[in-house]
Amino acid sequence: MIAAARVAVIAGGLLLGWQALVGLLDLPHYILPSPTRVLRAGWERLPLLLGHAGVTLLEIVLGLLLGTLLGALAALAMVRRAVLRRWLLPVVVLSQAIPVFALAPILVLWLGYGLASKVAMAVLIIFFPVTASFYDGLRRTELGWLDLARTMTAGTRRQRWAELRHIRLPAALPALGSGLRIAAAVAPIGAVVGEWVGSSAGLGYLMLHANARLQIDLMFAALLLLGLIAVALYFAVDRMVRRLVPWQAEQALP
Amino acid sequence: MAEPASQAASAPQSPSLTATGLGLAYGGRAVFQDLALTLQGGEITCLLGPSGVGKSSLLRLIAGLGASGAVGQVSAGDGQPLVGRVAFMDQRDLLLPWLNVLGNVTLGQRLRGQPIDAERALAMLRAVGLAEVAGLWPAALSGGMRQRAALARTLMEDRPFVLMDEPFSQLDALTRTMVQDLAGRLLGGRTVLLVTHDPWEALKLGHTVLVLAGNPARLGPPLRPPGPPPRPPAEPGLLALYRVLLQRLGQAPAP
Repeated sequence: MIAAARVAVIAGGLLLGWQALVGLLDLPHYILPSPTRVLRAGWERLPLLLGHAGVTLLEIVLGLLLGTLLGALAALAMVRRAVLRRWLLPVVVLSQAIPVFALAPILVLWLGYGLASKVAMAVLIIFFPVTASFYDGLRRTELGWLDLARTMTAGTRRQRWAELRHIRLPAALPALGSGLRIAAAVAPIGAVVGEWVGSSAGLGYLMLHANARLQIDLMFAALLLLGLIAVALYFAVDRMVRRLVPWQAEQALP
Repeated sequence: MAEPASQAASAPQSPSLTATGLGLAYGGRAVFQDLALTLQGGEITCLLGPSGVGKSSLLRLIAGLGASGAVGQVSAGDGQPLVGRVAFMDQRDLLLPWLNVLGNVTLGQRLRGQPIDAERALAMLRAVGLAEVAGLWPAALSGGMRQRAALARTLMEDRPFVLMDEPFSQLDALTRTMVQDLAGRLLGGRTVLLVTHDPWEALKLGHTVLVLAGNPARLGPPLRPPGPPPRPPAEPGLLALYRVLLQRLGQAPAP
C-alpha cells in the first residue's frame, strides 16, 4: 500500500517536473509537448495505442518466457555436463559480446517483419543474464550441504539427480531470481529495437511512424505507455521472484 | 524431554569400526602417517586434538567424503560395507533455508526418494524439544535450536555409525551443555566418532577419549573415563583425567 503510494508520488512528481520544464523553457510543442497535451493525445488515440501496446507486450512476454526457459536450460546443461560447459560457455559469452542491435537487421531479414524477429531479439538480450546468474548460483552451492547430501544418498542410485533436484536447484533460485529481474528490465529493449528495424505494429513502430509525421504528442504518449508496461512488468516479475524464494528474508540496509 | 532416552536405548547395538593405514599429507608434509583407530561398537569415541592436526580430515575420510591428501582403509566390525550406513553432523547446522524444520529433518528420505515418515520425524523433533517449531523456517530459530534440529536430522537417518565434527563448538556455553546432554542420551547404542577440541566435552560424552597430537601426530593410548556418559562435570576423577588430556595435548607439563 505504502509502495503504491510512493509510486504514485514519484509519477506525479515526474509529471509536474515535466510540466514545469515546458512552462519555464517555453519549448514549442513539437520539441517537448506538455504532459496535458500528451495525455489528451493518448486519450484520443487510445484504441490505436492499446492495439500497438498489445503487440509489444506480447513480444516482451514471449521473449521473457522463451529466454528464461532457454537460459535456465543452458545453465542446467552446463552444470550437468563438463563437455557442454566447455562448448556452451563461449557461446553464451559470444551471445552477449555481439551487440544485439547489430543483429537486429539480420534477424528481421531471416525471421520477417512479424512477431518472431522481435521475440528473438528479446530472447537474445535475456539469455545472457539468466544463464550467467543461474549458472553461478548452481555452481556456488554450499559445500557442507553437498557433503551432507552425499552421506545421505551414499549407495543409492541417482545420487547426482537427487543432489541437483533437492540441493543445487533450490539453492540457486535466489541467483536465478536476480537474473530474472535483470531480464524483465532489459526485455523491452530487445522488442522495441526489433520494431524500429522493421515492423508494421508495436509501440516502437508507432513511435517512428508518429515522429515521421510530426505527431510528437502521439510519440510521447507511446513512450509513456511503453514506460508503464516496462515498470509494471518489472514489478510483476519482482513479485513472482519473491514468491519463488519466500525463505529469503530481505536484510534491511542501514 | 526425559523419555526419549528409552527410545535410543532400544536401538540395536551397532558394530565397531576400524580404520587402518591412516595418513594425511598437507603441502608435501606428512601430518600423520600409518595410524590405526578403532571405534568400539555402540560407544561414543571422542577424538581430541589441537586445531590443524587433521581431525576433520580423518573424520571425512571415514565418512567417505573424500579429504584431499588423506589415505586409509575403513571397515565395519560386522564385515558389511560402510557405504550408506554413516550419518554425518557438522559444526555448522547445514539446515537448508528453503525447507521448514520438519522438511530438514526428513531431508534424507527426500533425497533418496523414499516416502516421508513425518510421524517419526516429529518424534525426533519431540526428542530434541523442537516439536512446536516443526513448521518454522530455520531462519526463525536460534543457534541452539538449529543445532538441535541438525541433531534430530542426524538421528532421523537411523544409521549405526554417526560421525560428528565439532558439533557443539558454535554454541554458547549454556546451550552447549544442554545439547551435549541431549546428544549423549540420544546417541546411545550407536557407534559414534565425535571430533572435538574441548577436553571437557570429550570427558563428558566419550566412553573412550583419544588424543591426536604431536608432529607428526600420534594417537595416544585410549582413555576410558569411569561411568557411563553423559557424565556430570562435577564427577570425581574427571579433573585428574582433564589434566592428563591437557598434558597429552601439549598444554601442560608432565607431572
